[in-house]
Amino acid sequence: MKKLRLALGILAAWSVAVLLGPGLLTSGLTPSSIHTPPQTAADAQHEIAVPPPPFSEDIYPCSACHADMEVNLERRELEDFHDDITLEHDEENRWCMDCHDAENRDILHSASGEPIAFEESYKLCGQCHGPKLRDWRAGIHGRRTGEWNGRKDYLLCAHCHNPHAPRFKSMKPEPAPEKPGKIK
Amino acid sequence: MSIKKTIGSTMKLNRRTFLKASAVASSTAALAACGSKSALDEFLQKNFRFMSKQEIGEVIQRLETQYAQQYGKEISVSAKEALPETFFGYALDISRCIGCRKCVYACVEENNQTQAPQMHWIQVLEMEKEKGIDFMDANLYYQHEEVPHEGHFYLPVQCQQCKNPPCVKSCPVNATWTTKDGIVVVDYNWCIGCRCCMAACPYGARHYNWGQVELDPETINPDTHYLGNRPRYKGAVEKCTFCIQRVREGRYPACVEVCPVGARKFGNLLDPDSEIRYILENKRVLILKEELNTQPKFYYFYGT
Repeated sequence: MKKLRLALGILAAWSVAVLLGPGLLTSGLTPSSIHTPPQTAADAQHEIAVPPPPFSEDIYPCSACHADMEVNLERRELEDFHDDITLEHDEENRWCMDCHDAENRDILHSASGEPIAFEESYKLCGQCHGPKLRDWRAGIHGRRTGEWNGRKDYLLCAHCHNPHAPRFKSMKPEPAPEKPGKIK
Repeated sequence: MSIKKTIGSTMKLNRRTFLKASAVASSTAALAACGSKSALDEFLQKNFRFMSKQEIGEVIQRLETQYAQQYGKEISVSAKEALPETFFGYALDISRCIGCRKCVYACVEENNQTQAPQMHWIQVLEMEKEKGIDFMDANLYYQHEEVPHEGHFYLPVQCQQCKNPPCVKSCPVNATWTTKDGIVVVDYNWCIGCRCCMAACPYGARHYNWGQVELDPETINPDTHYLGNRPRYKGAVEKCTFCIQRVREGRYPACVEVCPVGARKFGNLLDPDSEIRYILENKRVLILKEELNTQPKFYYFYGT
């Protein structure tokens, strides 16, 4: 009798688990809630608060010089100015005007010609680097400072990567630790 | 028979009471002779976990006075409890780390590690890409003009904040434990310096104070936590606490904020919207020495 009761109990528990298990899983944790990166009010409007873009000194606004200049859309090597910029960023297929706007020098533009402000340059980068943009929005790609449970400080792609040569530069390491033999 | 038993137990009790009383009396006398009331209080201090709020308050006050005298500046000691609904996890992107060791020194600065002899809570291991993760041939003492060095990758190792921590199990006096928010901490006053935990830790994450701790008053971090970065003692064991003094205030650990490539990520494992949960759910994640069943909350991942 006891054995029968035990067996029935196990059967009941098993059936409850089997019947309710998947229901519990799907009700609490839908795929969207698992995979969606943190959505703040600002993020929802595709606006992320970032520090000002890292312009070279006295170079912005670009229109200060370019306003009076004739637009030359011919792809060429720059000689008189900006010749310090070496493009190492898919340079075989692209040049200045693929990102910088010829009509309004103070902004960038997307591949489809939509204007993009320098403050939102991540939208431009994200056209090719979609997975990186997704990770960056989620706080996985790039450096975050601030609070783990609150306000986070984002950086633009261009704060760490030179947009003309984005490969991360190698750096001098801090000194190696002392070997244990030195402990007296 | 019953009379005999009564006499026996009374005698035993008397002897024991006598020894106890004399031991207390002599140690009290010795302490009173060589030190002040605070030395006696320190000697009689209980394990942090079993102190009442009032007792903790008294200890904190005593420590702050002592540190102020020692370092000639105000040093605050917090005993802030774990935030509700938090369980911390950490993730490190091996595909990003370039081995610059900035985290090592930011940690020293934040956590007041003694530098005589030198102590680093974070150890950055250089490994060959061809070999993969291989501790046998890892190099802690690499020194190149520039990093990353060709053909190599870097694996920073610090306390893995195990869910099943061998160090805690090995402590004979319960001076180390896991807090509610999942940080393995040490009560430096309760630690007897037996170093059992250091032998038990498979990650080399615990460090021993060989000498009298002397910190530079100029560079000391004055924002401390009792279980974290307050000045330690000779003979006490210490370790990474996820910067308990920062994370319980909602801030990121110092190593997370200093990393120039953003390889270090930190957050609340109980929050489904946290960065750490995003990594666990979307990236390829590994833990070190999984076969030991230590169940680290320190995850390594490939961000690319």
